Amino acid sequence: MLGERVLTILNIDLDDLTWSSEARADLSEYLGGIGLAGKLFAERWRPGSSPGDPGQPVVLAIGPLSTVFPLATKTAAVFHSPLTGEWGESYAGMRLAMALRFAGYDALVVSGRAPHPVYLVITADGVAFRDARALWGLSTEESGRILREWETGRGHRSIVRIGPAGERGVAFAGVNVDTFRHFGRLGLGAVFGAKNLKALVVHGNRCFPIPDRKAYREVYDEVYARAVDTDLMEKYHGLGTAGNVLVLNGLGALPTRNLRQNRFEHAVDISGEAFAEKTLLRKLACPGCPVGCIHIGLYRRQFDAGYEFESSTLAYDHELIYALGSLLGISDTGGIYALIEKTELLGLDAITSGALLAWATEAREKGLIVGEQLGTRLTFGEPEGYLEVLDRIVTQPNDFYRTLAQGLEAAAEAFGGREFALTLGGHEMAGYHTGYGFLLGQAVGARHSHLCNAGYALDQKMGPDFDPDALVDELIAEEKWRQVLNSLCICLFGRGVWTGDLVRRALLCLGIDAEGEFLSELGKRIFKLKNEVKRQMGFDYRWLRFPRRCLETPSFQGQLDEEVLRDLLNRYIARLGV
Amino acid sequence: MARVLTVKRISRCIACYSCMLACTRTVYGQFSLAKSAIQIRTRGGLQSKLAADVCLGCAEPPCASACPREALRPRAGGGVRFARARCDGCAACVEACIARVIRMDPEENLPIVCVQCGTCVRYCPHEVLEMTPVDEGEG
Repeated sequence: MLGERVLTILNIDLDDLTWSSEARADLSEYLGGIGLAGKLFAERWRPGSSPGDPGQPVVLAIGPLSTVFPLATKTAAVFHSPLTGEWGESYAGMRLAMALRFAGYDALVVSGRAPHPVYLVITADGVAFRDARALWGLSTEESGRILREWETGRGHRSIVRIGPAGERGVAFAGVNVDTFRHFGRLGLGAVFGAKNLKALVVHGNRCFPIPDRKAYREVYDEVYARAVDTDLMEKYHGLGTAGNVLVLNGLGALPTRNLRQNRFEHAVDISGEAFAEKTLLRKLACPGCPVGCIHIGLYRRQFDAGYEFESSTLAYDHELIYALGSLLGISDTGGIYALIEKTELLGLDAITSGALLAWATEAREKGLIVGEQLGTRLTFGEPEGYLEVLDRIVTQPNDFYRTLAQGLEAAAEAFGGREFALTLGGHEMAGYHTGYGFLLGQAVGARHSHLCNAGYALDQKMGPDFDPDALVDELIAEEKWRQVLNSLCICLFGRGVWTGDLVRRALLCLGIDAEGEFLSELGKRIFKLKNEVKRQMGFDYRWLRFPRRCLETPSFQGQLDEEVLRDLLNRYIARLGV
Repeated sequence: MARVLTVKRISRCIACYSCMLACTRTVYGQFSLAKSAIQIRTRGGLQSKLAADVCLGCAEPPCASACPREALRPRAGGGVRFARARCDGCAACVEACIARVIRMDPEENLPIVCVQCGTCVRYCPHEVLEMTPVDEGEG
């Protein structure tokens, strides 16, 4: 039933192609999502083993509100990251949470390595292991198409798959979820590949009685109305996140040409407005969310004289326009779409790809790497060379590309240029050069993502004359609250809609009492758990470094000072409380 | 004036499924997609357009004509009324539906029938669906 406090965990062992379902009442205090996935990972990971060890588990989890209430649309993934060598955590939207919900599972734990490539069909009846040798090597698009045709359940299922990048162990390979969303960051695709796991097809048709229809309807309607009838979600539905391009450019916070600049002279041409006016075809939503933030654009190009055209439809967002646009000096929507399509088909994380290409361009200019290694020319503003390099990162024809496939930290370690390698906490930086809050926030965040604690938003709110302790305290408080939202798998775009009070009432009408300090204690507990596992993985806040380039190029807050940043980091460590 | 459900602007559909969840929540008191009388689906993957399978609200509903137990009876203005107690699950209506939108609910062995209540329309954020007035005189 809905609000069931005995959680159903589906354990899948790829070594011997077996599965079992397990009922866990003791996990209810973690609610679901990141709490549940984090706890299961902490129970089952193998300290001392590498991320590529087949025994390392991948955990996917949803929460009690998933699909039951608007905006609770995400599936949380926890794994051992092959990119950073530590805590791997990622979220994907589209239909996966819905399909897991209607198949009746709160979490999946996948461990082991299949004897040959497989895909899994997951339904309420359990798991079927299917031969994926014919799919191995195929792009995310083609493997998705074939699975759509081979398997049943049209419309209410989720098809999750990796591309060639994941199969070949690229440390920043992502996992494609239903064509337009991804577990993008930290290399879950490579973990799938190491397990010989090409895809999951999840399909469920279960029905659940609603415990208190009246209360459910009231809370549902309130959340729905806040999402649809207020302006809380308008920025995500209207221009979408791509609306940030001009905003950040205006603030001097749009990383451009490997962050040599904080403004892009062609920002208008790659803005959310330009993408929408020239290319926007339609919008899509994750099931259960009436907002529709997924912007799908038309990438149309001429391939020959005589009115010969080809076209594709692709999703765009701020992060892609930053990483594959301004950061590479690409000044037109077509060039950015070409790179988006390439990363999509290969199954690569877009942000890491962009930061790596930007570093490579500059490393080539400075003579740290040579033309023979690259096998092509790299010039800011020219997509052709970048497209070739992305292919070679996957095919890995030489040692140079084998190193690049391990990510930017590994590349800069091997070939130099650390001072302009844009990583924070080992993870390639997101597109917000707003100031101290962003740099510190991404570096210290559990998964080293701008989404851990939204430091970029604090920079914009607090400005250059911030109180250092207040900044640090807000980063910690925000990261703890996000553990709660992520346990409920509420999309972080919806964080303004879902107040603490609404969360408590929504849980209560499903029979889950989250009154008093329950939620804040949950946030603290998960925060602590992540820090403990990260420590066991070898992470130490004191070793964090900040690329010199981030300090040289002025941010929205102006010129940044390394001593101030180190001081903030020390305050963060002192106030961490775990 | 009676109204029937119509799919007016399917190109605006964002596949949020709010309509399906509203249908089952209201008609069955359940959280489900499978029991929804309206079914949103893609025409061939998410790259394609969406489609909405809905009861056409026939003026002379073949499903009602086919029902041997008068569980389905024509509704004024189009579509049918469903008397669950009379139904024995023979599925003659499924065969008879010219739009092929009636499905059997395997849990209860009863057909899933649109009752033309219009709840789905109220939860569509993009005005894809509409309750269109019909002249009962024509029916």
